[in-house]
Amino acid sequence: MNHYVLKRMIQLIPILFAITFLSYGMMRIAGSDVVTQKMENTGTVVSDEVLNAAREQLGLDKPFLTQYAVWLGKLLRGDMGNSYVSGKPVFATFISKLPATLLLTAVSIFMTIIISVPLGVLAAVKQNRVTDYLIRFFSFIGNSLPNFFVSLILMYVLAIRLRWFPVIAKDVSLKSVAMPAITLAIAMSAKYLRQVRATVLDELSKDYVAGARARGIRFSVTLWRSVMKASLVTIITLLMLSVGNLLGGTAIVESIFMWDGVGKMAVDAISMRDYPIIQAYVMWMAIIYVAVNLLTDLSYRFLDPRIRLGGDEV
Amino acid sequence: MTNTEKKQVTVRTQKIRKNHIRQKLIFFLVLAGLLILAAVFSDRLCPYDPNAQDLASAMQPPGPAHLMGTDTYGRDMLSRVISGARASIFSTFILVAVISVFGTAVGVLCGYFGGIVDSLMMRISDICLAFPGLVFAMAVAAVLGGGIQNAVIALAVISWPKYSRIARSQTLALKNVPYIHAAILAGDSAGQLIIRHILPNMLGPVLVTAMLDIGTMMMELAGLSFLGLGAQIPTAEWGSMMSTGRSMLQTYPWVVLSPGIAIFLSVVIFNLLGDTVRDYLDPKNSHSGRS
Repeated sequence: MNHYVLKRMIQLIPILFAITFLSYGMMRIAGSDVVTQKMENTGTVVSDEVLNAAREQLGLDKPFLTQYAVWLGKLLRGDMGNSYVSGKPVFATFISKLPATLLLTAVSIFMTIIISVPLGVLAAVKQNRVTDYLIRFFSFIGNSLPNFFVSLILMYVLAIRLRWFPVIAKDVSLKSVAMPAITLAIAMSAKYLRQVRATVLDELSKDYVAGARARGIRFSVTLWRSVMKASLVTIITLLMLSVGNLLGGTAIVESIFMWDGVGKMAVDAISMRDYPIIQAYVMWMAIIYVAVNLLTDLSYRFLDPRIRLGGDEV
Repeated sequence: MTNTEKKQVTVRTQKIRKNHIRQKLIFFLVLAGLLILAAVFSDRLCPYDPNAQDLASAMQPPGPAHLMGTDTYGRDMLSRVISGARASIFSTFILVAVISVFGTAVGVLCGYFGGIVDSLMMRISDICLAFPGLVFAMAVAAVLGGGIQNAVIALAVISWPKYSRIARSQTLALKNVPYIHAAILAGDSAGQLIIRHILPNMLGPVLVTAMLDIGTMMMELAGLSFLGLGAQIPTAEWGSMMSTGRSMLQTYPWVVLSPGIAIFLSVVIFNLLGDTVRDYLDPKNSHSGRS
């Protein structure tokens, strides 16, 4: 097990290099360096000599790879430069917005579990009956609705017509998080419900279920004691893997509901061409995503003895 | 339990089911065809010029003159929704075509030849998959600037690895099948082998993935446009129309609803078509319900 963890950690290093390199490279391709950007922002005309002197001072005349190395060195010390727009340190800005996004993510995952696990199990148990068809119908509808449309419908119905929730999030509170979280949970549940159903169906078709039935064990006992126990590992793994999609999806939903998280920060930064902020967003989201995937993989091995034992022998 | 029913499928019920799936397939193909026709002939179908401003009749609710109402500039919403079909549907088709062809080609070549190219391309696809979907697309679109082509490129960059994974594993599996060995012994060159034997036999899974991808990609493209990273104003595109309309949600909800329903219906049609194609190509379509 420890051997495996170590191996996965080492495999992570090139991926992390690639992520930082791409994040750095992309924003350089975007065409403007700090000096040009600053000049454009202040709106003054400066001679080329002054510009070149400023570039030399910042090390922008050095080869690309050297600059990347310098940037990486700063990054490791937590320095990601300053925002072009606000002038504040990028890293601090990112960290200050992260808790709101994490709260939104956590609440929507919680809602997803509450919605999709019971419905998925129910659909599997009632396979090909009316209940199953109804649940699958709603999951299909949920899968075909873009999340910005869901946001706007919820906003119209729950906030404007019924006035249950504030139209836009004024603060980070449970009432404000409800609508963005419901939006994300609807899209996620629609996908996840099918996976839960398929997992449970797969488990139900195994021989031990028929065996238990033949021995006269009540179906509910088989379902909750054996089938759910066996399905749980897959269900947890699939849920953790969908966190990645959630991270990408938060950007749109956050900016619609004015939820002050990293997603809204990135969308605002894109419209203002604030490249250091976009860079930080892309890079940290990718790192979080890779970390979550690694944790999923490790916990999968930890939770499922069959794989854990198999893995140790290798 | 219901599972026992599956095992008692007779040849006759299987035939009925196959027929049923074929009818469904034809039905959804016709629906999708109508949608595509609407996109192709959008210019002639529009009752008004989609970009013509008529401030005198701005913000009219849906009525006999304007079936979906008008927006702030008095532009006819129905015409804009119809002309938006072109931007949304065509760019989605181009996107899915590009990623499925490119991804499959890379996957087949990697699976067939292996070696250094294989590990290199697979590492590249690992890196593309290391970014959570829309986040990377947003960054690429931000670097390239707005525009529907750039949104297509951004989504293509993150979406091709899925196809190369499928194609690679299919190729690896097919390489060990007896008829491929026979073809090698018969003296087929690598090119012949790939084009005549490997590609036709893996078309099914790739086609199903591509069909199911159309709906997803349509939503993601609209999402990028919604963020202002896709189609630019004044081009009528469903995502960007909803984005401009959202500030008027409280007073004039139809400005948001019409393009939203258009996206929803198109995605539903293509998803149903994809599901049916999957059932149609599934050799075990005798047992139902596994989705």
